[in-house]
Amino acid sequence: MTVTTDLVSYEDALASYDPVMGLEVHVELGTRTKMFCGCSTALGADANAQTCPTCLGLPGSLPVVNATGVESAIKIGLALNCEIAEWCRFARKNYFYPDMPKNFQTSQYDEPIAFNGYLDVQLEDGEVFRVEIERAHMEEDTGKSTHVGGATGRIHGASHSLLDYNRAGIPLIEIVTKPIEGAGERAPEVAKAYVAELREVIRSLDVSEARMDKGQMRCDVNLSLRPNGTEEFGTRSETKNVNSLRSVERAARFEIQRHAAVLSSGGTIVQETRHFHEDDGSTTSGRIKDNAEDYRYFPEPDLVPVAPAREWVEELRAGLPEMPRVRRNRLREQWGVTEHDMQSMLNAGAVDPIVATIDAGAPADQARKWWMGELARHANEQGKALDEMPITPVQVARVAELVAAGDLNDKLARQVIEGVLAGEGDPDKVVEKRGLKVVSDEGALTAAVEEAIAGNQAIADKIRGGKVAAAGALVGAVMKATRGQADAARVKELILEKLGVEG
Amino acid sequence: MTDIIKLTAAEIAARIASGELTAVEVTEAHLARIDAVDEKVHAFLHIDREGAVAQARAVDAKREAGEKLGPLAGVPLALKDIFTTEGVPTTVGSKILEGWLPPYDATLVKKLKAADVVVLGKTNMDEFAMGSSTENSAYGPTGNPWDLTRIPGGSGGGSSAALASYEAPLAIGTDTGGSIRQPAAVTGTVGVKPTYGGVSRYGMVAFSSSLDQGGPCARTVLDAALLHEAIAGHDPMDSTSIDAPVPPVVEAARNGSVAGMRVGVVKQFRGEGYQAGVVQRFDESVALLKELGAEIVELDCPSFDLALAAYYLIAPSECSSNLARFDAMRYGLRVGDDGTKSAEDVTALTREAGFGDEVKRRIILGTYALSSGYYDAYYGSAQKVRTLITQDFAKSFEQVDVIVSPTTPTTAFPIGERADDPMAMYLADVCTLPTNLAGNAAMSLPCGLAPEDGLPVGLQIIAPAMKDDRLYKVGAAVEAAFVEKWGHPLLEEAPSL
Repeated sequence: MTVTTDLVSYEDALASYDPVMGLEVHVELGTRTKMFCGCSTALGADANAQTCPTCLGLPGSLPVVNATGVESAIKIGLALNCEIAEWCRFARKNYFYPDMPKNFQTSQYDEPIAFNGYLDVQLEDGEVFRVEIERAHMEEDTGKSTHVGGATGRIHGASHSLLDYNRAGIPLIEIVTKPIEGAGERAPEVAKAYVAELREVIRSLDVSEARMDKGQMRCDVNLSLRPNGTEEFGTRSETKNVNSLRSVERAARFEIQRHAAVLSSGGTIVQETRHFHEDDGSTTSGRIKDNAEDYRYFPEPDLVPVAPAREWVEELRAGLPEMPRVRRNRLREQWGVTEHDMQSMLNAGAVDPIVATIDAGAPADQARKWWMGELARHANEQGKALDEMPITPVQVARVAELVAAGDLNDKLARQVIEGVLAGEGDPDKVVEKRGLKVVSDEGALTAAVEEAIAGNQAIADKIRGGKVAAAGALVGAVMKATRGQADAARVKELILEKLGVEG
Repeated sequence: MTDIIKLTAAEIAARIASGELTAVEVTEAHLARIDAVDEKVHAFLHIDREGAVAQARAVDAKREAGEKLGPLAGVPLALKDIFTTEGVPTTVGSKILEGWLPPYDATLVKKLKAADVVVLGKTNMDEFAMGSSTENSAYGPTGNPWDLTRIPGGSGGGSSAALASYEAPLAIGTDTGGSIRQPAAVTGTVGVKPTYGGVSRYGMVAFSSSLDQGGPCARTVLDAALLHEAIAGHDPMDSTSIDAPVPPVVEAARNGSVAGMRVGVVKQFRGEGYQAGVVQRFDESVALLKELGAEIVELDCPSFDLALAAYYLIAPSECSSNLARFDAMRYGLRVGDDGTKSAEDVTALTREAGFGDEVKRRIILGTYALSSGYYDAYYGSAQKVRTLITQDFAKSFEQVDVIVSPTTPTTAFPIGERADDPMAMYLADVCTLPTNLAGNAAMSLPCGLAPEDGLPVGLQIIAPAMKDDRLYKVGAAVEAAFVEKWGHPLLEEAPSL
């Protein structure tokens, strides 16, 4: 970006001002069909292939509510400690935009399905911060516009636009926090931790993959400053579509510095939307919102009210999984790892695969070792998430089992994993195909050891003389001769035995 | 030929079933009638000649194959141009949908096809069903077969005129504030607005979602019942559709009686603005009901005086949102797309050119009524009135089985007379609106000619929600008594075209 914005240093900003944030997160639900029609929600189809009269807004078409969408919304509400409405309606949010088929969005207005909740988020140092939730409501996504011919992909300067309505009607849950006060200098960190925690909660409920990089979870960061020690909120800016955890933190930080620069030079903040720029972490001006826009909300007459039976809500509450923060703390204690290690596993997306690997029979330390070591390295190289790697926890557990049984050493195990990732089949099949079994035939091993001693008399003498550490070189020679397929510990034992030295 | 077109739907179906007539003969007779008179009447916007004959052939083939035919198999029908028909033009009387070929059939159209009803074509209407005269059609007015210089009612004037001119024995209308019943009244035909949710709205282009209701139009009460039964029932594609059995309307129509029934007369449905001849025929109808054994009960429903005001806030509010989708992006008219204008400009130019004055008037009214700061005073208040009207009906139906009133305060007025006076036009629906706001069922059927102008007067019968069968029970009794008194159906007194 070439736009330059006056900023004050973060420390100076916080010395004078107190940030207040509001976070609005949109989550695309992972339902099989759209919110109000039977069209598929699968990604990757040809443009407009997944549309019907209803999601195209054709004259005469009508919506029907997706029951799974409502169930997901209630689960999210319950997980966020919200009250669930006994009776609520959809509402029409009226505004014109070419990628919105009906020129109104079917949403909820003053009767959200879930309201008045909170989410406790844990910061990196272990401190817990409670973020109050205003509401979570159901709505539908819009289509997608692609502006062609302009320099930046923006509408300005474009010669024409292409419209794809495959996304139109995909269920969204919008989760809105109450104003987040009292976070002070940690506001950006709280914002990031909140979105991260929310993502974990959504995933644990199995209602969405909540992948920010795929647009399944999108965050708007609303921020204002007020002079330290005052109560009244300042004018806010709304930074739209901040689409990674790191960006959420950076956007909040940038806006704090920008607001402080404007305010401290005697200026006023304009209520507007802002665009966030990943490249340099800045924001630039979008639409001015001098008055609240008039969306002319009114109850959607084409849909009957949603009145979830209390028994059903209680059933859903009883079926909620252990919440991620509670589970994390339990696992951290069980595994005996530090907060920092736990955080690394979390950031790597390794916690679930590790748990599944342990469930499949592997010892905890082995499961952690393989996922955070070898597999994390491969994933990193390929730019993939851990759960996208073509290996299952059961397969990893089997590798660990083979190592524990002495059938594989670490080096061979790494080759087995490589084979599984390369699509060569289950670990046992890779072992067989690649001939990777540890040489456990004592006769063959003994012969190799004798050969190594014979070829390295000088070293053998050192060992005989008590320099047990020198055995490493002989072990290396044996491993080389057996192409790594020997159990190194057993080789060392044999060498010492042959040379008549106590290990 | 003349004989075929004067038959009732029930008679046509019976003769096709017995082999006395073929469905193709019947269809061709009606197409010939349309060719002969529709230039004058202009009931149709589109005639689906090939589709109709093909459908008729299929019915004849079924009969020849020995398959059992339904009670309306082979009967021709005129469909209001507000229902989507796959591959057949659907304009809603508006320029904005000129040339649009819907990719899907409305649920009601699917049901008609399943019943082997032969759809002749699409009928004229006030643009987006907004009007009481069919003068608001973008494709020119329709004449009333009783007097071609007068309006056939609206918005479903094409359907009522098609029936009254013997172009079709059956028709489909939609009723948001009276658009089935008022046209029936001024053309001497029968029209029924079923209970809201009784007939699917899927594929019926929305004007005001919470008020719109499709329903049957016919020349006799029994024919209306047969059509009602064919199109009604729960539709999973329409959330507001009622998931309950269709009331026994055909059985009721075959067993007309008012003996022992309590019939309400609402004091708010008379007074200023009611034509003397209309009041006279209505009073005679009440006397007839008494003669037939009904007990007459006076009712006071003060909220009905507020119905018109509430309606003209709710319907425009919903329409301002429903009609937002006509933006030139996906279907229909597109104006100004010359490569220099933005999408927003093209949308604005298209809506400017594609919507008529009445539609624009209502979009502006509704947009205003929903605006922040005005919502509570307008839309919010109107919803409260709606609740009051529903309560007045509920209280009334504790005392009576049905309510009767004139369908509309006057007989058919001359084309052009009220075109520039929206308020005068809106008053045509003053007796029909409360039923739409409350969601219950109502019928209009002929009760004579006004002495001063010799034009038909309609009697409205109103029943509680999901008691649509009562309309037919009472309607059939009244119809039989009048036909006996007149010696023939009222429509026979219409001048020949």
